[in-house]
Amino acid sequence: MSYEPTILGFLCNWCSYAGADLAGVSRLQYPPNIRVIRVMCSGRVDPKFVFEALKIGIDGIIVMGCHPGDCHYLEGNYEAEKKFNMLKKFLTFINLDNRIRLEWVSASEGMRFAEIVSEFTNSIKELGPSPLKEDKDLLDKLEAIEMAADSYRIRALVGRERTIIESENVYGEKVPQDKFDNIFNTAIYDEYMRCRILLSLKKNSKSVKVLASELEIDPSEVLEHILILKGSNSITMGEIEGITPIYEYTMEG
Amino acid sequence: MTEKQDEDIRIGIFVCHCGTNIGGFVDCEQLAEYATTLPNVAHSEHNLYTCSETGLAAIRNAVKEHNLNRVVVASCTPRTHEPLFRDCVQEVGLNPYLFNFVNIRDQCTWVHMKETDAAFEKAKDLIKMGSAKAAKLEALERIVVDINPIALIIGGGISGMNTAISLSKQGFKTHLVEKEDKLGGRLKSLYKLFPNDQEASAFLEDMTKKVEASKNLTVYTSSKIKSIEGFIGNYNVEIEQNGDIISLNVGAIIVAVGASVFEPTNLFGYDGEKSITQLELENKLKNNEVDANNIVMIQCVGARNEERVYCSSICCMTALKNALIIKEFNPDAHVTILFRDIYTPGIQYEQYFKKARKAGVLFIKYTLEKLPLVDKNEIKVFNEYLGEEILIPYDLLVLSTPLIANNDNSDLAQMLKVPLEENNFFLEAHVKLRPIDFATDGIYICGSAKWPVDITESTTQGLAAASRASRILSHETIEVESSTAYLPEWNKSLCKGCEVCITICPYNAIIKNEDDEIEIIQALCKGCGTCGSTCTKHAIEIKHFNNEQIMAEIIAFGGKIIE
Repeated sequence: MSYEPTILGFLCNWCSYAGADLAGVSRLQYPPNIRVIRVMCSGRVDPKFVFEALKIGIDGIIVMGCHPGDCHYLEGNYEAEKKFNMLKKFLTFINLDNRIRLEWVSASEGMRFAEIVSEFTNSIKELGPSPLKEDKDLLDKLEAIEMAADSYRIRALVGRERTIIESENVYGEKVPQDKFDNIFNTAIYDEYMRCRILLSLKKNSKSVKVLASELEIDPSEVLEHILILKGSNSITMGEIEGITPIYEYTMEG
Repeated sequence: MTEKQDEDIRIGIFVCHCGTNIGGFVDCEQLAEYATTLPNVAHSEHNLYTCSETGLAAIRNAVKEHNLNRVVVASCTPRTHEPLFRDCVQEVGLNPYLFNFVNIRDQCTWVHMKETDAAFEKAKDLIKMGSAKAAKLEALERIVVDINPIALIIGGGISGMNTAISLSKQGFKTHLVEKEDKLGGRLKSLYKLFPNDQEASAFLEDMTKKVEASKNLTVYTSSKIKSIEGFIGNYNVEIEQNGDIISLNVGAIIVAVGASVFEPTNLFGYDGEKSITQLELENKLKNNEVDANNIVMIQCVGARNEERVYCSSICCMTALKNALIIKEFNPDAHVTILFRDIYTPGIQYEQYFKKARKAGVLFIKYTLEKLPLVDKNEIKVFNEYLGEEILIPYDLLVLSTPLIANNDNSDLAQMLKVPLEENNFFLEAHVKLRPIDFATDGIYICGSAKWPVDITESTTQGLAAASRASRILSHETIEVESSTAYLPEWNKSLCKGCEVCITICPYNAIIKNEDDEIEIIQALCKGCGTCGSTCTKHAIEIKHFNNEQIMAEIIAFGGKIIE
């Protein structure tokens, strides 16, 4: 028997769920792999739901909402898109970005719903089973991503993106999209690396050099992250082996 | 609520056969049996139609007999049947939010008809997920809003006028907004009405008089809707009339904006003189300007093709009517109707068709592949029945063009937050079960705004909309969805005061109160849940769609976390 992936869908009540119902009323046939969770708005989909689904080995996750401008709650789908973009950026680090999808399906687009689900299911089928089921190392990285995505810095940036770009700040300035993207991309990368360092140190204390080879980045970069993590009391310098300081994870941070 | 946090969860699961819609594809008895193996499930059964009185009685009895405190129905879709089952569990003393819906028809058996084994497995998973969520459901307090018993009707055509007259007769203050300078819509340009050949102008005059005589009715002509905000019972609407802004507060809104006529530019030699539309013909008939002897009509011009796939459903009757009128004026006139299919539903219209045939109107079938070719004085058409090409001389060509959606429909749809279908007509909540409602409570739809309809149907729908709206307007208050965002007492310490939630809430339902604490105003919150998923500290929860409930669904599907 050929491999059948597990697909989880988050559908907004007003457009996509209605579109999915219309596919049913029209008896349009699509692959039976998808299981749907109804939410009132695509904006309700917390990134942590997606991480949870990935962690338990679900092969593909699709979020569907109303077309831009059509959101029953005015702007929820725009917020869904911001969260999705953030997820996509993080998951690119571990090549899992093609296992998540965001699509707009209106209440009248039963056909579009069936087509998207078919196409997405087939694309996941081609990718094969989620590597998270076998790869413990990858699961550790996903844990770091989840932790990073859950950080105040990232959640606040995602939540504020539209305000930052669309409205002026108290000085009458607007931040252009590309400038925001730079800030955001840096934040995403930094938080990911810092969370990997934290989780690695949580397992056992290490030196900068060991961390650098584990993370496959330059020791000087590791040191920069270490200083920031130390500043937030997430780690402390423990014993010194020869001239090499060993860093320890602390519960405080 | 008096619900205990650590109560003993007792779920009842009811698997519906929906006749053969579900039962014909998956084994409902086995599904019900499977359900008993799930955690916290105290009872399960399968019913032929769970929504029937027998099915509802079975739920009520089981709740009493098995002391159930959660009810799950696996059947069609919550979009149509959730209110029914919520009412049902409430009748036996359960909070309506302790009910959960599992969709195993519209999103399972109907879409996997050829893969019944996989559909069965999917139904099992969906029941498992629904049951897992049910175990986490919490009773919610009901939210009640006041109803302002005033109606707004957008569009003063025949259906809107009927709605307005009916509502004002029932004693509701009613506002009727029309963008043109006179009421009547499409009716203004018609000559006679099928199938009784009633004068359109006389009919319209009669309707207009009724509108004028209506006590509670205010008409705004040459007016456009500028903005609509609010919710059922309480909409703030701004109307622009000759540059002035008029503000209204209404409890219900009826969309009766009608449709536009497709202009057949570059089709069949359309020039407005020798090749005209049916509407232009009506005008000529009105002024007795038709002096042609050979009249040809072409049906489905710009309709039922790739660009516009639908049948406009009224053009056949219009053509028959005008052909009969011409024949009456001038019995010697040759009237030929080139058609693809004649659509005359019902006894009355079918007789109308026969009447036209008896009067000597000639019908010739053409196909989309071999369209009639229009020359200066004759039309070349491939007669499907004869199987050969024939030439028909003409001195007047009349094109039957479809009604199309108004080009400003999308603006109005966005203001109302209601959907349009693929041809940009307004989309009702359910084509059979709720044809006059939108999915959004308090907003209704009638007439050609939804789909091309004739005068009879416009009238019927207009009255139906009045009836639907009066169900709301006749109440002083109404209960609305209780699934809103809230900041639980035990989460308050999590909140760092970042105020992201305040900036993203589209309804300004989140404020910082005098105590410098985040406060969510329940009456303003619509329950989208975006604040909950954006909250930097996961402090905000969304009732009925809370993190724990959604996580339970995810985990139920995926089984266990990978170790």
